[in-house]
Amino acid sequence: MTAQTLPLRVAPPGLGRRLLGTGRGRYVIERNARVYRASWLVLLSGLFEPLFYLFSVGVGVAQLVGDIELPGGRLVTYTAFIAPAMLASSAMNGALYDATFNIFFKLKYAKLYDSVLATPVTATDIAAGEIGWALMRGSFYSTTFFLVMLVMGLVSSWWAVLVLPATVLIGFAFAAVGMACTTFMRSWQDFEFVTLATLPMFLFSATFYPLSVYPESLQRLVQLSPLYHAAALVRELTLGAVGWTSVVHAVVLLALGLLGAAVTGGRLEKLLLT
Amino acid sequence: MSADLPLIHARGLVKRFGGFTAVDGIDVDVHRGEAFGFLGPNGAGKSSTMRMIGCVSPVTEGLLRVLGLDPQTEGPRIRGRLGVVPQEDTLDAELTVRENLLVYGRYFGLPRAVIAERADRLLEFVQLSERGASKVEPLSGGMKRRLTIARSLINEPDLLLLDEPTTGLDPQARHVLWDRLFRLKQQGVTLVLTTHYMDEAEQLCDRLVVMDAGRIAAEGSPQQLIREWSTREVVELRFPPGENEPAGEKIEALVAAGELGSLVQRVEVLPDRVLLYSDDGDEAGAVIHRRGIVATSVLVRRSTLEDVFLRLTGRTLVD
Repeated sequence: MTAQTLPLRVAPPGLGRRLLGTGRGRYVIERNARVYRASWLVLLSGLFEPLFYLFSVGVGVAQLVGDIELPGGRLVTYTAFIAPAMLASSAMNGALYDATFNIFFKLKYAKLYDSVLATPVTATDIAAGEIGWALMRGSFYSTTFFLVMLVMGLVSSWWAVLVLPATVLIGFAFAAVGMACTTFMRSWQDFEFVTLATLPMFLFSATFYPLSVYPESLQRLVQLSPLYHAAALVRELTLGAVGWTSVVHAVVLLALGLLGAAVTGGRLEKLLLT
Repeated sequence: MSADLPLIHARGLVKRFGGFTAVDGIDVDVHRGEAFGFLGPNGAGKSSTMRMIGCVSPVTEGLLRVLGLDPQTEGPRIRGRLGVVPQEDTLDAELTVRENLLVYGRYFGLPRAVIAERADRLLEFVQLSERGASKVEPLSGGMKRRLTIARSLINEPDLLLLDEPTTGLDPQARHVLWDRLFRLKQQGVTLVLTTHYMDEAEQLCDRLVVMDAGRIAAEGSPQQLIREWSTREVVELRFPPGENEPAGEKIEALVAAGELGSLVQRVEVLPDRVLLYSDDGDEAGAVIHRRGIVATSVLVRRSTLEDVFLRLTGRTLVD
């Protein structure tokens, strides 16, 4: 038998290959897409949680709260204020679910990657592919959610066309960091830490009220939360309050994503290629 | 690469895990078209060697070339031309039988149409055509192994690595698998396998090495090894419980005194029987009987690789 039918495209070893792999991560995405083709209903289920929050808080609580004043003095409805934060949270949750539970299962129980690594696919490819898939899934939720916002009249600026790229960035940051953390987990019990991290983030990242509610010192603390940057970025876009802070938010998310991706690739290599 | 270069070339190959040395400086050459075996008890270093050859385990020390390439720098390129059947089944349980092949082929970057055609052919080859749409989980152990073999062939590899391919299978399933591996061998696929089953090694391997504690204890064809490390025949004498040891000691005394000439070359006393290594088993049995050492049963059989194996690696249980 010969291997002449094999199109071998091997990038030279270097920084690019360390960070992005050999481009074979797309086959990992293909594999996941095939699995979910058989169970697409499961995919849909991830849509509902943020929508429920939006309707519950937006329709119910908003009646009691009234309008919110933005830093520039502009007034917006409470629903228009929290909807972008719900959107950011849905992008976070969508990406995290795949990046944590699913990855842990594949890594520790299904031994999936052991067989993948016996092919030309590298550990970095696996990291890139899984992160890519997680953020695709997250983006699907965000896009749907964004359409609901449009229909409900919660979008008031043309800057909102940048919301979708922004949610891809959010998905990337959380997928990469989530996956990096997962490679350190020893058992299912450790996933309590995921909840322990995401729930307070969801509640306190200036999601349900403006950052200015906090005293100065606490504001600094909240600004450490990745979800704060995610929610603030989307809010600035949908409400048209774009400024240099938006750039800062985007850079923070991008940096988190790159860091997470690099750690994930290195850790997979260490765990699987012994 | 030219045809006469070995597909696997190892010199002083070492694998260490922390302070533990799993592979302790081995030299191996495997040539194209060969069926080569690593034989050894558990923990002898077979799997560690296979993982290094499969480019999924970095070499600690020494030289290793697979398909003429260096695993450290050309891992993906080498792996693209290898087929791997790992010790544990690592099939994708979230996919069907056929999808396992389709997805795996994509990892090698093969076009979908090529993979689809090969998948059908390979499912037929491993007698799983009817189960194509089934999930992996309900398959029997033998079927899963066969599917793993089909999966390992999806890229039409130059070199097929099989790590204990039939461990844990029932006898029927093992024979089906051997038959398939034998066909591959006849098609000219280079096979490298590890096993602790002697019959497997004798059936499939043209050449093998016996590994023990990370080192190579002996090397050759099954016949060469038997000639070198054992006698043509083995006489198994069974005595009533408790009497094996005294009877064995009597025979050993006879051999030591030179009274049996070269008829019995070696005596081994086991808890349940006494083994005589001889080139003429019938005569050896008869002579012992005439000396008044009467066993309850006498079995004369040909020497097997198992005798070589036990001689080289000892009879102590390895966990």
